[in-house]
Amino acid sequence: MWKWINSFAKPEKAYWLCDVLQNWFAAVATTSLIIGIVWGLGYAPQDYQQGDSFRIIYIHVPSAILAMGAYVAMAIAALVGVVWQWRTAFMFMIAIAPVGAVMTFISLFTGSFWGKPMWGTWWIWDARLTSQLILLFLYLGVISLYSAFEDKQQAGKAAGVMAMVGVINIPIIHFSVEWWNTLHQGATITKIGKPSIAPEMLWPLLICILGFAAFIGWVTIVRMKNEIILRDLHRPWVAQRFGGAEIGPADASANAQGKR
Amino acid sequence: MVALRSVFLKDLALAYRQRAELMQPLMFFVLVITLFPLAIGPNPETLQRIGGGIIWVAAILSLLLGMERMFRDDFADGSLEQYMLSPTPLYMIVVIKVLTHWLMHIVPLFLISPLLALFLHLTFDMYVALMLTLLLGTPLISFVGAIGVALTVGLHRGGVLLALLLIPIFIPLLIFATSAIESASMLLPYHSQLAIIAALLLFSAALSPMAIVYSLKVGQN
Amino acid sequence: MRVLLAQQVACEKSDRQLFSNINIELHSSQLLYVTGENGAGKTSLLRILVGLSAPSAGVVEVNGHDIHKNVHDASEHLFYLGHKQGISQLLTPTENLKFWCQQHGVDKNDDAIHDILAELGLTGLEDIAVKNLSAGQQRRVALAKLWLKSAATLWVLDEPFTALDVQLIAELEAKMTSFLKTGGAIIITSHQTLHIDYPLSNLHLDYSW
Repeated sequence: MWKWINSFAKPEKAYWLCDVLQNWFAAVATTSLIIGIVWGLGYAPQDYQQGDSFRIIYIHVPSAILAMGAYVAMAIAALVGVVWQWRTAFMFMIAIAPVGAVMTFISLFTGSFWGKPMWGTWWIWDARLTSQLILLFLYLGVISLYSAFEDKQQAGKAAGVMAMVGVINIPIIHFSVEWWNTLHQGATITKIGKPSIAPEMLWPLLICILGFAAFIGWVTIVRMKNEIILRDLHRPWVAQRFGGAEIGPADASANAQGKR
Repeated sequence: MVALRSVFLKDLALAYRQRAELMQPLMFFVLVITLFPLAIGPNPETLQRIGGGIIWVAAILSLLLGMERMFRDDFADGSLEQYMLSPTPLYMIVVIKVLTHWLMHIVPLFLISPLLALFLHLTFDMYVALMLTLLLGTPLISFVGAIGVALTVGLHRGGVLLALLLIPIFIPLLIFATSAIESASMLLPYHSQLAIIAALLLFSAALSPMAIVYSLKVGQN
Repeated sequence: MRVLLAQQVACEKSDRQLFSNINIELHSSQLLYVTGENGAGKTSLLRILVGLSAPSAGVVEVNGHDIHKNVHDASEHLFYLGHKQGISQLLTPTENLKFWCQQHGVDKNDDAIHDILAELGLTGLEDIAVKNLSAGQQRRVALAKLWLKSAATLWVLDEPFTALDVQLIAELEAKMTSFLKTGGAIIITSHQTLHIDYPLSNLHLDYSW
């Protein structure tokens, strides 16, 4: 069994897996998102306190939760890459990083839109918004570090270390920001913190979370396929699979000199 | 032991030969702090309220500026390679280098801080809290910062990237340190904040040498 | 005595295979001359052999120790001179060599260091900061480490003749010959032809990008 698992360290096998999974993720994502968003935005009952403006949670909450989840997935991939030297692990890591960053941005953006009717302001330094902002910076850090290296295997290792340092720091950051927030905020905002949620509102939320997760998986798989082909462009299996001439030594040295 | 002492003495000698360069982060520290009264107005109460925060932010920025010195020259002239091939385990050498670097940068900061406490009208209790938080918090910055420096050691112009990577990681330290100073300003106890900072320091001191060694190998590949 | 064993070593840089399936078995008194065009991977190979870089495949053993698992034991009798000199520009030659000896467990006092610097033609320059010396003089200071680590059994030299004048090249070649005769092993890359009267084996790396 370990041998089978280890076979995914090879880009060719990982590409095959991506091919297999892509359509499933696409199907689940499309159906769940359509059902969840239409139900949530259109048909779920109004909130007694917030009226219709609460509906943004169907976008905000899934993106916020999954922004965090994507970071953890990225850090696990980093661990696999660093410890077991899987090239495909680093490819996954860089595939999911921008997706997670965009999710974080969506959560901040929608959180801001929610804040305006709720708190009367576009931005507020509450614990969750602040933690999400810092999470966005952590993502951007990993992405910038990766792009600073030309050798992508080295880039993967470096960005992997930062991803792992970040993931260890996430609970610390959350704890410290929540603590900081409770020290400094007024009583009015705590009320909005954690309302209990009615089942008619909960179901579309869960479906949206599933939809977002599948969507992240779908986009990551497509990005990962691109990354695999880009990194393995000079390997025989790519030429064989996609037809066209294999890039030979003459072209390769031209490329190399151009790079220098 | 002899080897580690020689690493320490060599870094000390190099720091002494570059003492002008060492002054730069310190000057930056003072200048940044000076900017605040100029920008916000000289009202002593306002300055006192935000003083702890200003000094801590300035300290983080100035330490980040000086951080690259830890491994940059050794990487450039090949001394790092020779360290990696010496009989002494690299993680020990790294710990000595980080601590030496911390000493070089924190001692001037400490010496100049009474002046800055004066500039920002900090009370004596606040000043004590500031010193204690700096004492416990700056080694943390050095240890974790060293990981970032090691990763970017081979990059041209890694300086700003280093700051972008490290600042989010230092946010909890900043929160607890400034909260301790604020408690001190209200004459409240701040042991819990100091304890948390100390815990973060021990945690990073234990785990970072391993991470720094790996990062050095990645960075100079 | 087998000093170095490399099995199926491969190296990848920027997703391209630089070389693969390199097998080297080096015994005492053997000289391996690695050749190849610029960019063929000679420096990368040497760095993998001493443990500074990780290979993408393969194992390297030096003096019986796996160099990537246990670099500090393996490098005890190893001396590496790479493209970078390994000396600090701001310190004097004496200080540089003294610190280096302390860090590498070489027991030589100041007098011995001065003698070796004199042998290399650096008398009078021992206490001037390295950055004020010429390139050739700096190279001599870097080479002095070779003279100092007399307990080494394997020398790995990456283009050691760069920036040296004819006389010093001859001196270095003589030193290499006597080292080989007393049982040392050498791996060397160079663009210049070696004028050593000693049997050597050649490993040629092809530019395969």
